[in-house]
Amino acid sequence: MAELTYRDAVARGIAQEMARDPDVVLIGEDIAKAGGVFKATVGLYEQFGPRRVRDTPISEQAILGAAMGAAMTGLKPIAEIMFADFAAVCWDYFANEFPKSRYMTNGQVKTPLVVRLGNGGGARFGAQHSQSVENWCMMIPGLKVVVPSSPVDVIGLMAAAVRDPDPVIFLEHKSLYATKGEVPDGEIVDTLGTAKILRHGKDATILALALMVPRALEAANRLHAEHGIDCEVIDVRSLVPLDTQTILASVARTHRVFTVEENPRLCGWGAELMSIIADEAFYDLDGPLVRITTPHIPLPAADVLEDLVIPSSARIVETVLRTLSN
Amino acid sequence: MSKKISPDDISAEVRLELYRTQVRLREAEQRAFDLFLQNLVKGTSHLSLGQEAIAAGFAVAMQKGDLSFCTYRGHAHTLARGVPVEKVLGELMSRDNGLMRGKGGSMHLTSVEHGVMGSYAIIGAHLPIACGAAWRAQYRGDSDVSVCFFGDGTTNIGAFHEALNFAAIWKLPVVFVCENNLYMEYTPIADVTAVEHPAADRAAAYGLERIIIDGNDADEVLRTARSAYERARRGDGPSLIEAMTYRHSGHSRADPAKYRPEGELERWKERDPIKMYRARLLNLGVSETVLNAIEQEIKDEIEAATVACKAAPPPSTDIIFTDVYADGGWAWRN
Repeated sequence: MAELTYRDAVARGIAQEMARDPDVVLIGEDIAKAGGVFKATVGLYEQFGPRRVRDTPISEQAILGAAMGAAMTGLKPIAEIMFADFAAVCWDYFANEFPKSRYMTNGQVKTPLVVRLGNGGGARFGAQHSQSVENWCMMIPGLKVVVPSSPVDVIGLMAAAVRDPDPVIFLEHKSLYATKGEVPDGEIVDTLGTAKILRHGKDATILALALMVPRALEAANRLHAEHGIDCEVIDVRSLVPLDTQTILASVARTHRVFTVEENPRLCGWGAELMSIIADEAFYDLDGPLVRITTPHIPLPAADVLEDLVIPSSARIVETVLRTLSN
Repeated sequence: MSKKISPDDISAEVRLELYRTQVRLREAEQRAFDLFLQNLVKGTSHLSLGQEAIAAGFAVAMQKGDLSFCTYRGHAHTLARGVPVEKVLGELMSRDNGLMRGKGGSMHLTSVEHGVMGSYAIIGAHLPIACGAAWRAQYRGDSDVSVCFFGDGTTNIGAFHEALNFAAIWKLPVVFVCENNLYMEYTPIADVTAVEHPAADRAAAYGLERIIIDGNDADEVLRTARSAYERARRGDGPSLIEAMTYRHSGHSRADPAKYRPEGELERWKERDPIKMYRARLLNLGVSETVLNAIEQEIKDEIEAATVACKAAPPPSTDIIFTDVYADGGWAWRN
């Protein structure tokens, strides 16, 4: 057992898979000698060499297209698209190429690859370097979408993503890179499509993702300590496949449910989850389904502004209190 | 453009194969058009009538294991790798015997077993993908070449430039083939491009040789392909080839191509690749009987394919939900 940062967990997860399988290769901008702009791939170039850890030009379409062509013909590429916002300049591969080739070809073409992206806000980078793009990916049939919140999950889900035969979008949260967590020694392999109950409670279920997970946990602890409200906190972790069973079972126990979403309001993952809950757990509910999200605006850069719009633990506490007291 | 015939470097067998392939592509696409007129081909289709020498020359020069990446105008390139006509017509006719059982359609013809790694309907998308396949070959020390076909219009999209630079700096075994048929969909390519030769005039930007060939001369295409493949297999990197040609039909089945100046089509039809190649073979001493036999053999194949496709059932509705994910199904939740 060792304490590791989320950032170092990314490199450890990739290293674990590269050491296991010579077909695993890593490409992206500044990911080799420089160790990545987020320093999440430090040491991999030194460990695995220039053949397997390769810098690319600023050519996101070339990066993803190359990853796809390599995957179709037998490699297991991991491609980095630095800031998740840049997915928009190579969106063809997310929307048209990776997810549809298997279907359109009646199963002939396979694209086992992982795209890593630096997702999310909190770094004062402004509207084009701070977005949470998991919803963009979630709505496309054929993609898998993974959003880890802790170092141990980063390693285990990275291993699961690399070993998965489908294209997996792996969203690393930029504001979690410096956070730390206990990580066991040895190989770690997790399972896609599994949510994790991080705190058990009986009064309400809070569903969260990525940076919103530690905030939901902090809010749950305060709600308990200061108000005697006992919340269950679930880290959804994987949007596709989606672990609805863990979530529906929790709602059946607590009868109240909240989502905490960093994305702008419209079409957030929470909206899909709430719709499933409304359909399948309606008679378990004792009150309205409440989504706590960033308002439907581009993200402002200034700290005082950004902190106001992305859900905070204080806003979660206030929303849960207000809702449960009605 | 060189019109020189040098009988030495292309064997008689290869020449007959070039002729057979061109006739096969022509007849199959002509049949596809006839079936469209009978409302038996659904959706859209983009024919490459008149451009057969390019598909034939590059395919005949390939080795087994080489990979083709095509656009939505991909019937010819798919057939040229030996995919049965029935499989292609079946796909166009939305039948269960289609190459992808009707799940892809005309614009996505794919036959991995024949090295046809897909037909891509988003302009430019497959140039980077061909780079990736070539990167795998380089990484593993495999000897195959990835060959990527696209039209003149593709040279104005970003992915073209990203892929060319990428392939050049990584010295990838990939061959980019621009089929310049003078029209970007409905618009003359010259009206929308800053240089005269949309691919070749940009080659220098990627440190590549400026190569322009007569795309209606199957021998010239074959020689160019051989030399580009050899360069790729040697590890000397990519090539960018601009093959001049002309499509006899419109952009898609919806396009009667009225935008073409009077007489242009007729002038190009005088340079019909199949007509020219037939004359060349006769000139080289191949007998009329041999050529007639090839033509008959093709006609028989296409007739049999048509009969089989008309008799084939539509795809089973079960396949709506197959192959979304690698487990064979479409489940996104538990």
